[in-house]
Amino acid sequence: MNDMTPPTREERVEKLKGLGCSRKRVEDVRFTHGKGNYVDDIKLPGMLHGDFVRSPYAHARVKSIDASAALALKGVVAVLTAKDLEPLNLHWMPTLAGDKQMVLADGKVLFQGQEVAFVLAEDRYIAADAAELVEVEYEELPVVTDPFKALEPDAVELREDLHGQDSGVHGKRRHHNHIFLWEAGHKEATEQAISSAEVVAEEMVYYHRTHPCPLETCGSVASMDKVNGKLTVYGTFQAPHVVRTVASLLSGIEEHNIRVVSPDIGGGFGNKVGVYPGYVCSIVASIVTGRPVKWVEDRMENLMATAFARDYWMKGRISATKDGRITGLSCHVTADHGAFDACADPTKFPAGFFHIMTGSYDIPVAHVGVDGVYTNKAPGGVAYRCSFRVTEAAYFIERMIEVLAIELGMDAAELRAKNFIRKEQFPYHSALGWEYDSGDYHTAWEKALKAVDYEGLRREQAERVEAFRRGETRKLLGIGLTHFTEIVGAGPVKNCDILGMGMFDSCEIRIHPTGSAIARLGTISQGQGHATTFAQILASEIGLSADSITIEEGDTDTAPYGLGTYGSRSTPVAGAATAMAGRKIRAKAQMIAAYLLEVHDGDLEWDVDRFVVKGAPERFKTMKEIAYAAYNQAIPGVEPGLEAVSYYDPPNMTYPFGAYVCVMEIDVDTGTHEIRQFYALDDCGTRINPMIIEGQVHGGLTEALAIAMGQEIAYDEIGNVKTGTLMDFFLPTAWETPNYTTDFTETPSPHHPIGAKGVGESPNVGGVPAFSNAVHDAFRAFGLRQVHMPHDQWRIWKTAHDLGLHG
Amino acid sequence: MSRMHITLTVNGEERELLAEPRELLIHVLREKLGLTGPHIGCDTSHCGACTVEMNGRSVKACTVFAAQADGAEITTIEGLGSPDGLHVLQQAFREHHGLQCGFCTPGMITRAHRLLQENPDPTEEEVRFGMAGNLCRCTGYQNIVKAILAAAEEMNTVKEAAE
Ligand code: FES
Ligand code: FES
Repeated sequence: MNDMTPPTREERVEKLKGLGCSRKRVEDVRFTHGKGNYVDDIKLPGMLHGDFVRSPYAHARVKSIDASAALALKGVVAVLTAKDLEPLNLHWMPTLAGDKQMVLADGKVLFQGQEVAFVLAEDRYIAADAAELVEVEYEELPVVTDPFKALEPDAVELREDLHGQDSGVHGKRRHHNHIFLWEAGHKEATEQAISSAEVVAEEMVYYHRTHPCPLETCGSVASMDKVNGKLTVYGTFQAPHVVRTVASLLSGIEEHNIRVVSPDIGGGFGNKVGVYPGYVCSIVASIVTGRPVKWVEDRMENLMATAFARDYWMKGRISATKDGRITGLSCHVTADHGAFDACADPTKFPAGFFHIMTGSYDIPVAHVGVDGVYTNKAPGGVAYRCSFRVTEAAYFIERMIEVLAIELGMDAAELRAKNFIRKEQFPYHSALGWEYDSGDYHTAWEKALKAVDYEGLRREQAERVEAFRRGETRKLLGIGLTHFTEIVGAGPVKNCDILGMGMFDSCEIRIHPTGSAIARLGTISQGQGHATTFAQILASEIGLSADSITIEEGDTDTAPYGLGTYGSRSTPVAGAATAMAGRKIRAKAQMIAAYLLEVHDGDLEWDVDRFVVKGAPERFKTMKEIAYAAYNQAIPGVEPGLEAVSYYDPPNMTYPFGAYVCVMEIDVDTGTHEIRQFYALDDCGTRINPMIIEGQVHGGLTEALAIAMGQEIAYDEIGNVKTGTLMDFFLPTAWETPNYTTDFTETPSPHHPIGAKGVGESPNVGGVPAFSNAVHDAFRAFGLRQVHMPHDQWRIWKTAHDLGLHG
Repeated sequence: MSRMHITLTVNGEERELLAEPRELLIHVLREKLGLTGPHIGCDTSHCGACTVEMNGRSVKACTVFAAQADGAEITTIEGLGSPDGLHVLQQAFREHHGLQCGFCTPGMITRAHRLLQENPDPTEEEVRFGMAGNLCRCTGYQNIVKAILAAAEEMNTVKEAAE
């Protein structure tokens, strides 16, 4: 081939590696070489190590703290307690949910593992030794770990600091351990629909307490430069800009003198959204000592003290006509928030987006009430690979549908299809106030059922039940169905903020003269591959190859302000900002091209990587040529340079959805299970990088598998954490994890500039009910309606036993 | 605390250092020798993020005292491949999207490297079993397994061609 042959249009498109391309990740070279840079890899000259003295009790008064033995140890620099933080007003800190939390125990402790004192030493071994030497005298108090008991009239008062306050940021508190009651929907109309219905199913659905447990724990390195008055904080922050603002408000250091950096993050899954005492203590310690201070929690501290998720007791009622049309849905949630309300929800939504609980169904009336309750457990309530309580909502509705199917004697797939919101109903206004942007549920559902040969599976299951009854097998077959609707991309600033900061996001682009570029965003990747995918979005917008675009995030000194990465918001919000900023670049490029080609800018059209004179395809200027001209040619009326910034406030959330089927074999005698097949169809709107989407789905499903089948943060009655190590806290290995089949439909979001919806959390949202429904379904023929997760081996065995299947 | 004089051969280079008897190999590698590829993900020897090779076996460096490694040959992720050339396994992990946050990756690849020495032609089951000491929270393993099988195939093809 002649080198001079101009590339075809297809070749030009391919060269961009833009939208829809399974581009290999740019991050991987560094990570596969062991050259990632995570917080614990950071080592600054003179750096001290911090370690916590933690409470062994779940509820106790702190009578005294004696640090003299610790301070006598060589290499120990200081021991901080609440008394040292009090003059700085940092012994308590505000939580994201509008409550406050002790940084170090102020007179009492409220959960096992609570931070009591912070030891500073020359190395981590000495710090750990010294923490052992700090003598704390406790006086035990009665413990309450059950949220229902916490609301009994004579229950011990946990938060004495709130004594006598009968209202909080979210309204009235009706009991000393009550945090809020939050409601949505129409109570009377829903009661009316349910009480007059032909069929009603009622059930208590519990979504147990668990933990995101990323492989890297949380940590920070703070460095106060007293000469320049500058504070630098490196840390595992999913929202670095918010951390800077909060740090400024708390410390009184002006925001421009604080630099927050999120280096590489070893997984977040919601664990790294919150602000933890360790961060605060490392900052204060650095300010006090003038030396850099590192704090990195170990796994036990991570599981005990930072960021639990879920723990929702959901009492539901669903009503329908005899032939299976749903007429109403109601839910009352008792939400166990632990000792401090530290949920990471948009401020106006203390129960997150739980009111997406009508799911994929056209339900005329609904009502939800959520009671938040204090108990002697760790604070948290984070969105573990989920958008603010959406997993709880999806689990609730997908269980209620199954229970209703039993009540109706109907097939659960048919019941779903009968009640789906129809394609022509979008944009759809749900009974609880959401406007679903787009969807085509029936198409996805039919595709999924066909792919797994649903009818064949049901026949096989029926035969299996017969064989079981005849004593020919001890294995049952469960078919777990789910059709979920997610709500992600928080969110419109008009109703979504965190501590008053609107949840927009941002992108700033700089095109270099030779036609490469750098773009910086307000988000931060924790494994999602932003450096790869955001470059693809931009490549398609501005016509430069993704390989010539550097993506940077996580340094507040250089990146534009943004609210960070969680709740699948990066693509819906920052991805949109990227496209919009790209369009601004293109608009300016068009004027430059018009000047260079001596035509009116209206006579030009965009074609892949260039502006072409309409009707004269041989006359064009590529983006590369335009970039050069932008810096090197004086163009009348046009400023030099080619840069743009966009702050994007989404007009609405996006609503990804999907259809999952899990086929599971269950051994009735041993309680073991085997996942024979898992089919996952996701619709996340426009697909940016199919390879990365598939990877996100595999990962999310595996986290869902863990949650549904064994993972749990459990306490005993006196508040001991029973699952504080990876010995008891279940993380599946390659051995337990099945292979998944992924599939898709593509229904773009009408309001997103490129139609993308976000996918990172869908598999967790949809996966948990699919696994759990499979377990339930296996026992449906024997009368099972509802058992609580996690379905570990013992619980499955117990279920079989209670149903009389062990003879 | 008194310190011990320890000599290690790490990634082919002899290194000498002083360590307390209780000091863990992972801390010595990361903090004294600046090899931050192997990571720490747990306190109970479950996660495998710290996996390195010691005298031809995979070990969890959080479960070995530096003193026990005195005189040992150690290979960490930094000893595989080179900046301008990815090891077949490193390449395969990238090609098959076998990593996301990258935190488990050094341990995974180091373990896979040893696994393929022990069993150059493993089945999918053998890979899943042989990798069960390394946890990943991001990928769901499917692509890790794919990458290891692909690397095995590639390494075998190269070997056959050489024979
Ligand atoms: S750090 Fe988890 S096994 Fe070594
Ligand atoms: S890639 Fe994140 S833990 Fe494996």
